[in-house]
Amino acid sequence: MTTPVLDVKQLAVQIPVADGILHAVRDVTLTVARGETLCVVGESGCGKSLTSLAVMGLLPSSARRTAAHMRFAGEDLLDMTPRRLRELRGNRMAMIFQEPMTSLNPAWTIGDQLTEPFLRHGKGNRREATDRAVFLLERVGIAAAGRRLVQYPHELSGGLRQRVMIAMALMCGPDLILADEPTTALDVTIQAEILHLLAELQQEFGMGLLLVTHDLGIVARVAHRVAVMYAGEVVESGPTVTVFDEPRHPYTRGLIDCIPIPARSRPGVPLGTIPGLVPSLVGGIEGCAFRERCAFATEPCARPVPVVTGAEDHAWRCILPAAVPSLLENPA
Amino acid sequence: MSDQQPILELRNVVKRYSVGRGMFAPKRPLMAVGGVSLSVPRGQVLGLVGESGCGKSTLAKMVLGLETPTEGEVLIDGRPIAQLGRLERARLVQPVFQDPYSSLNPRKTIASIVGLPLAVHGEGSAAERETRVAEMLALVGLSPRHAAAYPSQLSGGQRQRVAIARALILKPQLLICDEPTSALDVSVQAQILNLLMDLQSRLGLTSLFISHNLAVVQMLATRVAVMYLGRVVEEGPTAEVMVRAQHPYSRGLLASVLTPDPRLGLPDTRLGSVFPDPLAPPPGCAFHPRCPLVFDRCKVEAPRLRNHQGASRAACHAAERDAAAMIPA
Repeated sequence: MTTPVLDVKQLAVQIPVADGILHAVRDVTLTVARGETLCVVGESGCGKSLTSLAVMGLLPSSARRTAAHMRFAGEDLLDMTPRRLRELRGNRMAMIFQEPMTSLNPAWTIGDQLTEPFLRHGKGNRREATDRAVFLLERVGIAAAGRRLVQYPHELSGGLRQRVMIAMALMCGPDLILADEPTTALDVTIQAEILHLLAELQQEFGMGLLLVTHDLGIVARVAHRVAVMYAGEVVESGPTVTVFDEPRHPYTRGLIDCIPIPARSRPGVPLGTIPGLVPSLVGGIEGCAFRERCAFATEPCARPVPVVTGAEDHAWRCILPAAVPSLLENPA
Repeated sequence: MSDQQPILELRNVVKRYSVGRGMFAPKRPLMAVGGVSLSVPRGQVLGLVGESGCGKSTLAKMVLGLETPTEGEVLIDGRPIAQLGRLERARLVQPVFQDPYSSLNPRKTIASIVGLPLAVHGEGSAAERETRVAEMLALVGLSPRHAAAYPSQLSGGQRQRVAIARALILKPQLLICDEPTSALDVSVQAQILNLLMDLQSRLGLTSLFISHNLAVVQMLATRVAVMYLGRVVEEGPTAEVMVRAQHPYSRGLLASVLTPDPRLGLPDTRLGSVFPDPLAPPPGCAFHPRCPLVFDRCKVEAPRLRNHQGASRAACHAAERDAAAMIPA
């Protein structure tokens, strides 16, 4: 077995807040192989974005990051010198952010922003950088790429800006791309196109892709494997088809059941819901963080729940003995 | 007043803005809504679907009286909205906006936010108002202890319940929901959709429900109107539009709903992703540069919204041609 491009074990992120320590990410273990798409899915505040920022070393300075290890292509990012980290970031590991308007520099032309990482990482001279920028802009489906280089971000639509972000991430030929909600700010018909493009480029260049999203629809359609996060923990992970067909954690089942589906949902037929609220992560949590909202919770759930591993790397953090059935009348 | 009288009627409504392009460049007209005629009968929900810039929110603002149409008329319960005063309008139509974080006053308690419309309209004594607020909070699924809370103490879903309570407390004729669940997490979205569905059947609300997501719209809407670049391109009974959409754009929108089925790959909407410049809309059918079915006529002649087959209407030359081809010669 080859070395995974990303191998994170027992990652924790703690952030000091006014009333204590916020345990935003707790014991997250995940791996991404070359050519593989791992989707990290969860709702607001589950720690999915912080996980990707922790990998990139982009956490706010007040945050404390710990892990057993956090290897990028075998090299541990934890004890890496800032200089070595700068060599990797934007070069062999790149990030695509959610909001293409705020993550592009409004005072720089598209061309300058695209060529900067290429030049900075010493991949070639200015002419080569420009050639690659044009090649990638065309590859991500931007017409008249040469003309775009002299334009500023505000002259492009949201869909085009996100394509520029993708092209920028690809400039140095990365081994790993971290994409945080790359299509959330886009229109639905554009979203499908951008996801197509990401999946295609990932196959073409054999990159690992860690895609952070809140949308199980996206997960189902693009992920090879999925990690479901709740309250800072990965509560379930495994091959996408297995997790969707036989979810072992009630939260995963709850998420699947609350999505409106054209063929299933009808006027008058309610969606599944998850009652209650996410617990506060200030001060940490004993036992299963989902137990207050869980229809199956029993007394042992108040104690620490070990991770159970099934076939094909399917793992879950729940004591239930079997897959969680849908509670809907007409499950999909 | 007869039962046939629609609660909301839009008669060829047009909204043009004048858009500046810089200090010295001449202003250009932007057609945000280009002649929309729709009606919503009592007790029905019209779903308005489209992507950003299609004019759906401008339309909502005109119905709320926050914008004045450049041409055409908006009638609520048979009365032109232009002739109504602010208070009168507020009794007839109330909004629920997308973002429950910015649409609630952070310095007021929940009880005073929900009760304010009653106070403004001088309805009942203070004690009666308090009772009605309590009833309304219960109706939207909030507990009595929330009455004294401030918006910052509530979750996004709870805030959207407050916004719904505030909109319903005057018993308006028409409810305008503009992307009411887009800012919410999926599990919270499900709760709010269930609540709206429940209120719909219990109170018999008439509403205009705006969203970019057809899967969300079809849970609530009795009819659906699909907008593209300021115009309605298809309109009809929800079930018919969902199953037999006639306009290629409606079909593309439907295909882009990513259902959580891991055996399906990404859909090919065949729409490309080049959204036209609303300042320079394409000639003929505004959709033709993205349309997989485009033919010569589409590039010169704008199609009109009309019935081709079934109970819905579509503005599409290809749909017209195909419907004509099905009639044996």
